[in-house]
Amino acid sequence: MAENLLEICDLTITPAGSTTAVLEGVSLTLAPGERVGLIGESGSGKSLTAQSIMGLLPEELNASGTVTLDGFSGNVLAAREKTLARVRSKLVSMVFQEPMSALNPLMRIGDQIAEALRIHGETQRPRMRGRVLQLLHDVHMPSPESARLAYPHQLSGGQRQRVMLAIALANSPRLLICDEPTTALDVTVQRHMLDLIAERVATVRAGLLFITHDLAVVAGVCDRVIVMHSGRIVETGSVREIFANPQHEYTRGLLASSDLESTDADGKLYTLRTALAYSGPTTSATASAASAAHTSAPASAAPTSAETKPSGNRAAATAPSAEGLGAPLIEVSGVSKLYRSGGLLRRKAPVQALEDISFSVHAGRRLGIVGESGSGKTTLLGILSGLDRPTTGHVRVGDVRVDTASSQALRSLRENLQFVFQDPFSSLDPRMRVEDIVAEPLVAQGMAREERRAKVADMLAAVDIDTASMRRYPHQFSGGQRQRISIARALVTRPQILVADEPVSALDVSVRAQVLNLLTDLVDEYALTLLFVSHDLGVVKHLCSEVIVMKDGHIVEAGATDAVYSDPQQDYTRDLIAATPSLAAALEAAR
Amino acid sequence: MSEHQDQPFDPNLPVRVDDAGPATGPNAGPAIPQRGRGRRRLSASMIIGASLVVLVFALALLSFIWTPYDPSVIDPAARLQSSSLDHPLGTDRFGRDTLTWIMYGARITLLVGIVAVGIALLVGTPIGIIAALFAQYPWGMWIGAVIMRANDILLAFPALLLAIIFAAVFQPGTGPAMVAVGIAAIPGFARVARSGTMQVLSSEYVRAARASNRSTPAIAVVHVLPNIAGMVIVQASVAFAISVLAEAGLSFLGLGTQPPVPSWGRMLQESQQFLSTHPELALWPGLCIALAVLGFNLLGDGLRDRFDPKMEARGDG
Repeated sequence: MAENLLEICDLTITPAGSTTAVLEGVSLTLAPGERVGLIGESGSGKSLTAQSIMGLLPEELNASGTVTLDGFSGNVLAAREKTLARVRSKLVSMVFQEPMSALNPLMRIGDQIAEALRIHGETQRPRMRGRVLQLLHDVHMPSPESARLAYPHQLSGGQRQRVMLAIALANSPRLLICDEPTTALDVTVQRHMLDLIAERVATVRAGLLFITHDLAVVAGVCDRVIVMHSGRIVETGSVREIFANPQHEYTRGLLASSDLESTDADGKLYTLRTALAYSGPTTSATASAASAAHTSAPASAAPTSAETKPSGNRAAATAPSAEGLGAPLIEVSGVSKLYRSGGLLRRKAPVQALEDISFSVHAGRRLGIVGESGSGKTTLLGILSGLDRPTTGHVRVGDVRVDTASSQALRSLRENLQFVFQDPFSSLDPRMRVEDIVAEPLVAQGMAREERRAKVADMLAAVDIDTASMRRYPHQFSGGQRQRISIARALVTRPQILVADEPVSALDVSVRAQVLNLLTDLVDEYALTLLFVSHDLGVVKHLCSEVIVMKDGHIVEAGATDAVYSDPQQDYTRDLIAATPSLAAALEAAR
Repeated sequence: MSEHQDQPFDPNLPVRVDDAGPATGPNAGPAIPQRGRGRRRLSASMIIGASLVVLVFALALLSFIWTPYDPSVIDPAARLQSSSLDHPLGTDRFGRDTLTWIMYGARITLLVGIVAVGIALLVGTPIGIIAALFAQYPWGMWIGAVIMRANDILLAFPALLLAIIFAAVFQPGTGPAMVAVGIAAIPGFARVARSGTMQVLSSEYVRAARASNRSTPAIAVVHVLPNIAGMVIVQASVAFAISVLAEAGLSFLGLGTQPPVPSWGRMLQESQQFLSTHPELALWPGLCIALAVLGFNLLGDGLRDRFDPKMEARGDG
């Protein structure tokens, strides 16, 4: 092997005034042109590693060890800012996670790319424009000429991330670092972005360090994978080695809990704790069996979706009786929502957030609502819960006509319909104790204090939160725990309907599996009707019996989950399913 | 998925660790240094500000128990003295002890500050919250707008002019001055409270409270008030500094505290004619006013750093 492009040796990072290292003895190498994935959950130290390579570590962190780059003399950690500035963009450059804040909102796209070129002074002024256009063209920007003159807010998230990539590659760096570049993007956009990164990196023959929490993503892009946990590297190996035969228990756990298609003997998703029983992602044989399952369900095909859900079967078993009862629990017909925005100075065209939405849900069913950002999922939920009114159309939940309901009727509706929100960090009031947060819906019902306490304690026990910590504040809990508190709050009044708005999309994979398992248990135990909104098809597939696919305020496709997944009727659904990263598919491609 | 490193999570607390199997060891939590509430250090500005404020309060409280002299006793034999053991800060033209007057003056300064800020806080904060609450409903938007425009008009009205009108309508005195300063400070509180409330109302925990049938007033009390309290306290501290200054100014003009009640502003005014011969007569009250204003402003800055969530993310630096 030729000289390594990047060599990190024994990198240890300690915050000032602390004795415990947040990154400990990290060593890794990257050969020229090699594509390496750095995997870990939040807090594993993967971003800190990337920042040390760029020399971007915050001042209050003390770093020891060496980081050497081919073409740069000396240790990056010890180098001065001025010498580092010359290195960045020419030797190493970086694409960040958040496309919304990484570009200057007051500068035209073309100027921002030109800036990167100008600072390193290799492109002559007259040739600048052509070079900028070339770069935009290379990242497959639709109509580069007009994109050059656009401001960041005029571009979509995916387009912005393309621009970021163009800037990062402007000076043909030898190493490109991507820090969760697709996490904030929709699945279909993510697919294109990943392809683009792979293509560009191959074209300019740069090395790639790809940081992500998503195993399925990394499998498609990288040759080699490094797994980090708690500031240490726990395992290194080729994609195939890591995925097919993980050595470290943490890697195995991570792999098991991110695979939503496999479940253990009880029909539960694997968690870090139960990962030992996990036998690897569904491979080609079983995958094709799964896709063929809708025609002739083969009993031999191991974990196909039909078999893996005894809980789902239970739901299916109760379903006919529900249908026998006649009217569905939730009925939405012809709902449209038109937003008129703008004030005195700005008149905007009205926005059609929802158009002619109709569906119905029977009691005890689990409906998944799938769509990308801007598809109107959240607006629909607002209307269902009576927090928002439809422009036209009717919504009936139980006996309540939501669209015309009096505030009295809405009150009784809300006792029956509760929410779990996406962000575990903003959905709990930071200044309230956990017991008060969970008790809030009971207070609204006017329940006496003693009774409330007892119910809250029961509910917290049901979601596996230690009742001893009831008097703590939300910031003392981790993301997964907060989401469980959120679930406890929603279920403490024993509603009939639970509406979950992307409840696991902000969680780490291992925590995600736990929360999903909990949700499945509770839905069964309390005989809930579940409305589950997500952009993640895998999660919906695991959890829901029926699914609606939404796009731009329309329902594109609806039906039983298995049928929709195995035999999508619409192009959009097909795209969505194809674009969703899955371990099995990624592994297939790696072979 | 984003890295929630900004969130304070103290692994030292015996909270049950999420999801870590026994084999993988304890989940070490976020990689960034822990920032429990207790660990955040006090900033220098906060310490200096707080000490100055405490000093002013101590002076005022002490004056109730003990002062070197009686402030109203006139002693022609000891007029216009410089600092001495008998009169540490000297005496004025009637032979009254300056230190005694400074101590008594602190009372008026604090009284005006507390009453004025009290008026502004108790009136302004609910106005702001109500305006924000109305603004979230389509039918109430105009009410919110009217309230805030009325607020803007009051903001545009010069505080001094208001005080002069009050002095003309009632009579010049501490009472009308306090009320005028308080009314002039209302818009600041209303604005702060409104923007804070808007922020809180857009959060998911308020959505959750709505979804669980909490009434709007209950949401205002349970969720909004505690979460904007920090911002309001910062505003109070800054408004306090402004009222101290305003009282001194009004008393200097003869529109505030009337003789024979000791006040720093009046001391300044009376020292005018002796500025060339006895500058220390102006120096002491001037210094007191400056330090009190500085103290409350620094305290306000310090509190803002402490309460501002954006600053929190920066950590112990």
